[in-house]
Amino acid sequence: MGEQRIRQIVLDIISLVAPDADLSNVRDEVPLREQLELDSMDFLDIVMELRKRYRIEVPKEDYPKLASLASCVAYLGPQLQGHA
Amino acid sequence: MSSSPAELAGHYDVIVIGAGLAGLTAANQLARTGRRVLVLEQHSKCGGLATWFRRRGDHIFDVSLHGFPAGMIKSCRKYWTREIADSIIQLKRIRFDNPQFQLETTFDRLDFTRLLTQRFGIAPDVVQRFFDAARGMNFYDDQTLSTRALFARYFPGRSDVVRLLMEPITYANGSDLEDPALTYGIVFSNFMDKGVYIFQGGTDKLVRLMRAELERRGVDVRTGMAAERILIEGGRGAGVVVRGRRIESNAVLSNANLKATILTLIGREHLRPEFAEAVETVRLNNSSCQVYFGLRPGVTIEPIGDLIFSSEAPTFDADALCSRQVTSRTFSVYPPELRPGSNRFVVVASMNARYEDWRHLDDGQYEAAKQALIADSTRALEKYVPDVRARIEHAEAATPLTFEHYTRHLAGATFGTKFEGLQVSTDLPREVPGVFHTGSVGIIMSGWLGAINYGVIVANEVESYLHAHVSARVT
Repeated sequence: MGEQRIRQIVLDIISLVAPDADLSNVRDEVPLREQLELDSMDFLDIVMELRKRYRIEVPKEDYPKLASLASCVAYLGPQLQGHA
Repeated sequence: MSSSPAELAGHYDVIVIGAGLAGLTAANQLARTGRRVLVLEQHSKCGGLATWFRRRGDHIFDVSLHGFPAGMIKSCRKYWTREIADSIIQLKRIRFDNPQFQLETTFDRLDFTRLLTQRFGIAPDVVQRFFDAARGMNFYDDQTLSTRALFARYFPGRSDVVRLLMEPITYANGSDLEDPALTYGIVFSNFMDKGVYIFQGGTDKLVRLMRAELERRGVDVRTGMAAERILIEGGRGAGVVVRGRRIESNAVLSNANLKATILTLIGREHLRPEFAEAVETVRLNNSSCQVYFGLRPGVTIEPIGDLIFSSEAPTFDADALCSRQVTSRTFSVYPPELRPGSNRFVVVASMNARYEDWRHLDDGQYEAAKQALIADSTRALEKYVPDVRARIEHAEAATPLTFEHYTRHLAGATFGTKFEGLQVSTDLPREVPGVFHTGSVGIIMSGWLGAINYGVIVANEVESYLHAHVSARVT
């Protein structure tokens, strides 16, 4: 799966947990919390959505790896391989 | 609702003990992912301390509705239903009335900034740095800085500012100036930021909607049914015992009091001594007293505000706030519009209180103390509504013993535990796999919003455990 596809998967999940967030100008390297009004519960929702949709288990110690779009893509990429 | 354990299924994915807001929300989250869930509640109603009661003459009294942060709207929308979220409305008039200042506020960052700079004469950059410092606090931050030291750093010598910023938090979660600054910062940033909100329709409507949602999702909700103990088999949580009957499950999630869950429902024999010791040393938060005033049908009261922090004490004093010699209280004013169709005003006076001050009274002393509480609260309310006495149809008092009786919380604790309780609560599944705890703990996980969010957080842990340890999945 290409990086663009993984990026889109992450954006889709963010738009689901934070429907009011404007995702049109998200910069990949900047922490999501600095660009969007995401709180710690929103990040938990992202973790739960990853489990529900892709059966990916993100352990608590890996939560910081979901900080930015770029780090999400790097962290989730290998685990998302195999998902269409 | 039926009340025989014989009618329960023999096996569930998760059994939730206690139907407080945390337990209900966790049950809902688990049901959403397809889990088969049983909720056991010892009381006749769901809701835990989010509760209400009726008295003759169609009086309905909300116990803990008072006012919650704006974050409830988002959490209810995400973890419950749009209908629940859409019933949340803002309280516009929050008042402080004490010997140091009298003011009214919309209870948001902008208005507190205005008050602190214009009314209290604090430099704008100090106010902004204080708000930013509070917002930047995390639960894993340095715990040695006390709330008292935090205030001393930003507002030295300003007991009036401390009162404005601290009193509402003490009423909201029982914390005081000795508690870690980080607990203050987290709660302050959520609570005193975007206004105070309330549930249109009352607590009864909220709990009815939640229960309907759970039942729609196939959750088995049983009231009047207490779990006697948690089954531990092969070192793991394996179900509960209800009236002598074993009900098995892959995981157990307790929304009962933290210490009662571990020391009574699980039992020391399943714990390492170090963990049992850690549980023993968790301090409970204080309890509460309340006086409920039901006004005669059709009579109105002057617009005195929606929530009043009223005090006769010279300065803020968390200890005095708990005293039976009451000098401080909040008044929650519930107009008839809260429950469309009603024509009655309700006023609830709330005080922090110590279980120790109430537990040793004999029947006569206890009754006299309750009557004194009612008389005292009536007199205090008369300051705002001069002849309210003539308009009151029903008045009654609740004490720490009342809260203990209905919730079975140890020492009638109405705000869960001090900060260390959070660590014990989150450590429990490492000590006894398959057993989880949610509910008011650690100061930061308390109040309606804290309970709901902690329910979601722990439901995620349960889901993760089931995912890893249990192969059979209901899909």
